[in-house]
Formats: sequence, C-alpha cells, structure tokens
Amino acid sequence: MKPKYLPLTATIVIFVLSYALCVMQYPNILSTRVVGNLLTDNAFLGIAAVGMTFVILSGGIDLSIGSVIAFTGVFLAVVLENTGIHPLAAFALALMIATLFGALMGAIIHYLEMPAFIVTLAGMFLARGMAFVLSIDSIAIKHPFYGTLKGFYYKLPGGGRISLIGGLMLLVFAIGILIAHRTRFGTDVYALGGGTATAKLMGVPVGRTTILIYALSGLLAGLSGIVFSLYTSAGYSLAAVGVELDAITAVVIGGTLLTGGSGFVAGTFIGILIQGLIQTYITFDGSLSSWWTKILIGLLLFVFILMQKGIVYASRSKQRHA
Amino acid sequence: MQPNGENLLSATRIDKVFPGARALDKVDFHLRRGEVHALLGENGAGKSTLVKCLTGAYRRDGGTILLDGVEVDPRDTFNAQKLGIGTVYQEVNLLPNLSVAENLFLGRQPRRFGLVDVGAMNRQARALLDDYELDLDVTRALDSYSVAIQQVVAIARAVDLSGKVLILDEPTASLDAHEVEMLFRIVRRLKARGLGIVFITHFLEQVYEISDRITVLRNGQLVGTRETATLERRDLISMMIGRELAAEIRSAREGQVVAGPVRYRFENYGRKGHIAPFDLDIRAGEVVGIAGLLGSGRTETAEILFGAHRADSGMAEVDGRAVQLSSPRRAIAHRFGFCPEDRKTAGIVGDLSVRENIVLALQARRGWTRPLSRTEQNRIADHYIRALDIRTADREKPIRLLSGGNQQKAILARWLATEPEFLILDEPTRGIDVGAHAEIVRLIEGLREKGMSLMVISSEIEELVAYSTRIVVLRDRQHVAALEGNRITADQIIEAIASANERGAA
Ligand SMILES: Nc1ncnc2c1ncn2[C@@H]1O[C@H](COP(=O)(O)OP(=O)(O)OP(=O)(O)O)[C@@H](O)[C@H]1O
Ligand SMILES: [Mg+2]
Repeated sequence: MKPKYLPLTATIVIFVLSYALCVMQYPNILSTRVVGNLLTDNAFLGIAAVGMTFVILSGGIDLSIGSVIAFTGVFLAVVLENTGIHPLAAFALALMIATLFGALMGAIIHYLEMPAFIVTLAGMFLARGMAFVLSIDSIAIKHPFYGTLKGFYYKLPGGGRISLIGGLMLLVFAIGILIAHRTRFGTDVYALGGGTATAKLMGVPVGRTTILIYALSGLLAGLSGIVFSLYTSAGYSLAAVGVELDAITAVVIGGTLLTGGSGFVAGTFIGILIQGLIQTYITFDGSLSSWWTKILIGLLLFVFILMQKGIVYASRSKQRHA
Repeated sequence: MQPNGENLLSATRIDKVFPGARALDKVDFHLRRGEVHALLGENGAGKSTLVKCLTGAYRRDGGTILLDGVEVDPRDTFNAQKLGIGTVYQEVNLLPNLSVAENLFLGRQPRRFGLVDVGAMNRQARALLDDYELDLDVTRALDSYSVAIQQVVAIARAVDLSGKVLILDEPTASLDAHEVEMLFRIVRRLKARGLGIVFITHFLEQVYEISDRITVLRNGQLVGTRETATLERRDLISMMIGRELAAEIRSAREGQVVAGPVRYRFENYGRKGHIAPFDLDIRAGEVVGIAGLLGSGRTETAEILFGAHRADSGMAEVDGRAVQLSSPRRAIAHRFGFCPEDRKTAGIVGDLSVRENIVLALQARRGWTRPLSRTEQNRIADHYIRALDIRTADREKPIRLLSGGNQQKAILARWLATEPEFLILDEPTRGIDVGAHAEIVRLIEGLREKGMSLMVISSEIEELVAYSTRIVVLRDRQHVAALEGNRITADQIIEAIASANERGAA
C-alpha cells in the first residue's frame, strides 16, 4: 500500500472497530435512527471541517470558523427579526459576507506574508466581536420558512431520517472530495502544502490559491453557520465556541498531516463520524460524564499525531536509501 | 519558423539588486535558436539569478527581454511557462508530496467536463517518461523515488514545457553517467528541433561535450560569450576565476604520504539491505577515497560508519578500544564528523545566518549548557568564511540567500569547526565551482597532513586520485577492491569499477 493511504486506513480501521465495539454493547447504535441523528447533530461541524481540511492541506490553519458560525447565526437572527427579507436572501447575504471575510484573511496572509495562525486568530476575535455588536442576547428564530426547511427529510428504512442539514453535509463532503482530487485547484492546494517556494517556481498561482482556500473555508463556515441556526433555531454570539478546534481534530484524526500536503477530505468525514460515535456512545451509556468525550478524543488525537510522526519518519528514512 | 542561428531570446542590460548585494550588473545574454548555450561562472557569480530574472521567478530591476523579437515581461513562472520557457531550477526538487504524474502536469492537467482526467494524465505521464527510459508508477508520491529519479522527472517536466527555450540550472549534479548521457541525447534532439537551451553546470567536461557557445559571468558581470570550439579550457577557467588554478590542483598532491598508526578499525561491519559486511582500517593522516557508481553503497558506507544507521554485524574499534557507534551522537562523541551529500535536506538551516550554521555542530557537541560566546562564534565563522572563501556579504546573512555552492562550503565549515579526528565527506565538491574545488582539495590535503583521518566519497575520479592515500572501490553494496600507493591512478580505478561490474554481470 502507498504510504499516503496509511493514516486514512488506520482511521477507517479504528472507526470500524470502535463501531463494532459499540454495537456489541448497544445493538441499537446500528439503527438508521441513530445514524440519521449522528449526521444531523454533526452537520455543522462536518461542513466547517471540509473547509478546514483544505486549509490544513495547504499548510495553513483557520481559527476563525467558530466565530464566523456564531456571527452568521446572529446575523440571520437579527435580519430575520428586524426586516422582511426572505431567509433565502439572508442566507445568500451571510454566505457572501463569510466568503469575503475568508478571502480577506487569505489576501492578508499572502500579501503581507503573515502566519495564518495570527491572521485567523485576529479574524476569530473580529468575527466574534461583530456578533456581539449585532446582539448580545440569544435570539430565537421563528420564521415559518425555518419550519418548512426542518420538515424536509429523506426517510430511511428502519425509521431513521436524513435531515436536510445532514444531507447537505454529505453533499458538501462529496463536492469537497471532487474539488480536492479532480480539479487543478485541488492539486494546487496540495502543492502549497508541499512547499510554497517550490510550488511558486513550478508556476502555481500561490496568491490566488491562498485567497481561494481561505475564501472557501469562510464560505463553508458561513454555510455551517446557516446549518447551525437551522439546527438550533436561534442566533447567539456565544455559540460555537471552540468549533474550530473540533474541526481541526476531525481533520487530524481523519489522517491529514498538520504540516500540510497530505491527507484526504474523505478522512475528515471519518474523523467526524468517530467524534460523533463517541458522543453517541456516551449518551447511550448515560452514566458517563460528557467530559469523557473530550478525554477520548484527546487520546485519539494524541495517538494519531504519534502515528503520523512515525509514518513521516519511516518514509524519510526509506527515501534516503532509495 | 525562423531558421536556426537567429536570436531566440535576447536579454539586454539585466540588473538585479538584492539587499546588500548586486547580483546582476547590466548583463547581456543572447540565446540562438538551435543552440546549447552554457552559462558558467563561480559560485555566486549570478547564474541562477539571471535565469530567475528570465523566467519571472524574480522581478528584475532593469533591462529588457526579447523572445522571438517581441518584448516580453514574464511576471511569474507560470507566465514564462506559457511563453514556452521550461526551466529546471537549481534548487527544485518538485513537490515531494504530489504524485509523479501530478508533478509533471501541475497547472496543465488534462481535463474532461471541467474535471481533471486522472486516467489520461497518468497515461500521458507514462508516455512522457518513456523517453527517459523510466518505468515508474506515476501515481506514487514523488518522494518515494531517489533524488536522481526526481531530477529526471524535473527535467522531463521542463522539457515538456519548453516550447521554445529550455533552461537547465545544474541538472546533472545528482545524475550518474548513464543518466547524463540520456539527458544529452534529449537535449540534442530538442536542439535539432530548433529550441534554445541554456545549460548551467560546474562540470567542464559536459560543457565541452554538449555546448555550442559559452557565456561566463563573474561577480554579477558579464565576462564574455565565446564559441565553445575555439575556447581553450585554460582560457575558460581564467575567464571564470580570473587566475590560473589548474596547476594548483595538480600540485596539491606533491607531499610524501606518511600515515600514522591505525586509529579506526571496522571488522565484518555491515547492515542487511544497506551494505554488505566489510573490513576497513583507517590510519591517522590518511585519506580513504571511496569510488563506485551511484547506488553502489557509497553513502550507505558513510552512514553506517557515522551511526546514522546501526550496524547489524561486526565490530568497531577506536584506538584499539571497542566502541558502539549506534547513533550519530555517539559517533560525534568519538570525534567523528560527517558532511552528507544531500545538503538541502540534511544540511542547511535556511533562516539561520551563515555564522549560526557554521557553529551549529560545534555548539551541539558542547551541549547547550555551555554556549559559545558571541566573539568566539564570530571568530570561528570569520575564520572559515575566509579559509573556504565563502562568498557572503557578511556572516549574519541568512544562509538561504547564498548561492548553492557557497551554502555547501558553509556546511563543510560546520564540520571542520568541530575539529573532528575522523571526517567523512560525501561528495564535498559537488556543485562547487573550479576555484572552490581547488581550495577544497587543498584543504583535504592540509587536514591529512595535520594527522586527521578522512574518508571522502566522490564521483570525480581525478579528484579522488589527487587526495586519496588509499581507494576503496564499491559495487552493488559491497567493498570489492582496494588500491594503494602507485596503483592509485584514474585508469586503475576505472578498471576496478568496470571489472567489478563485469564480475557482477557474470
Ligand atoms: N534571494 C536573495 N537575496 C539576497 N541575495 C541573494 C539572493 N539570491 C542570490 N543572492 C546573492 O546573489 C549572488 C548570486 O547568486 P546566484 O544564486 O545567482 O549564484 P550562482 O551563480 O547561481 O552560484 P552557484 O554556482 O553557487 O549556484 C550571490 O552573491 C547570492 O548571495
Ligand atoms: Mg546557482
């Protein structure tokens, strides 16, 4: 097997094993109802994590997405409460703002040659602050259109449902996979992760690609914010704190190298499923504190980072002897 | 298409200024259709910089570029590629994490319905590599192949991109003779098709073999352009360095060789899959040259002696006492030094200054609790900058801003600074210009006279002859022959490698 598939395979094996373990204890976990809920509950995180995957593949990081999600939620709530604008128009507006915001961060990272960590950290505070400026309260969204949207679902055999937002996440993953592996832009993203200087000498439009990557991450964070507001029917400026870290976790557990250049969007999907599974298990158990989710995920993350180090080390020493 | 011999690419009065250094000073360069034009000069002369100005990798500060008589101004390398200028940059290693096919077609992948047609791309990649007698799995990541193969892939990419001009900046540094031959075949074919080819190298043999004209730069200025056929090698060298050095290289080998006692003894030393067990004694004041083809186990020998890979058979002795060389740290503790071949990945720390790079290994040996004082660091750095003639504006310049050959000298300085008693050099003169070449040969001789034990790996047989007191010949990861005394001649070495090969074939 090619070394680049190793982390992904490990992720899949871990997922299948832990799923089997869970099923042995609680056969219900296998039901379509649980699966459907798992998708719905993690839809916003999954969508944001797709954007994060591109960013990390390119060797960057985007710390602003949690704040952008919160901002989008508050923005929608405020707009829908105070104006007569149709939610669809509000969605479009929110996506535009989030995309521009991401593009701006990308432009600063590229043209001012600033580390992505710093720029998106500033973006994180800025977006959170803007959410507070719009409103400090949690605003419920009561627009009838929200009810209509929530009414859409695909019925699975066995009583489960794939909700609109769960389905949307699946679609975003599918498109993400296509972009990553079947477009020139996708290859350029990997190229940046392999080394910006070399990529530049090889004719990759580094500036344009960087801006597009952060714009994409912003767009998906905005979409994630819309999904989150559908999911919670509210907008609150303190919502979604730390979602960027959950997204990074999903990306890394999914087998993408934090240093960039290697990984798969599909891996991130498995990463999301693993996180969701752990949560579901803890809900089923009922007696475990929800902090166990964090502890288990922390351990998993640690194991994965060690494993990646090992793989990188192994392939380096092999290369020296080729 | 216009006839061969006309100017295809004309660059006039090109200027490029870096902070603290004028890299190019009104340089003219004219490339004709259907010619191979060698661009020569010492390390830091400005060759790579000129190339980068032509391809838009750097913005030039002045001058004009005409391609086919039309003024062009490539803004970036992508732009230059579109104009039909394909380039292998000196430092390019392509992208290690992408597949071979993706590297070949990056930015111009075949598409169907707007999506990359991976199948077609892989097919075209295989077809492209057929020309280079490479049968690779093009879907594998590039870094699963050796540096030499990566280099060939880089060349294949550049050739495929070069509709009009092909620029090769030291493309042969990591290639063996066979691969160089193949490259030259392709270059001749492109030449016949009317392309203009710019070829940068430090191997003068290759210059005379392939080039039609030669342009020499020195210190960022044009020295002149000549026809290769009428330019004597001696004259070429004095154009490049402005002084006569060839004689010095020869005289480096005058002194009588008096080797001291055996200091390092390796018995049945080896590691499965790397190098077959061998016996080796090294005396004080001795230079053991390692000869053999690329991939014959030269680097592996060095790495196992230095503890980069643990031996799984045999034993090692230093001064009669058995030692465990299980890691480079241990080896360094026994005062071993190792200057590796692949300096890019194993050597320089680009953002650190020349001074910091030079004192790095010495500081590591002392341990971080006993830092070298700044004055001490400056003294050491200045000493080696002078001794090795490292061309840098000052010792605080980040090392990545130095030219390739000068970076190499700094790495050599790093190991010399630790004052090792046993120094292993893997290709110390690769990519180094003739001037520095002579200096390094002299340096090796000097170290030997002071009683140091050295082991030098080199592909350049003349050079091995110049400084070795003994030569070990390798083949197929085995030590197959040793030459001593007056048997050390280029002919004998070549014969040993060749006969070893015949035996291998039999
Ligand atoms: N990015 C940079 N910033 C500052 N100075 C630079 C930069 N690149 C090159 N230089 C300086 O410009 C000069 C010319 O360098 P260049 O790389 O063109 O040399 P070269 O002829 O290719 O040498 P070599 O044979 O060693 O590759 C050197 O003095 C180098 O230190
Ligand atoms: Mg150069």
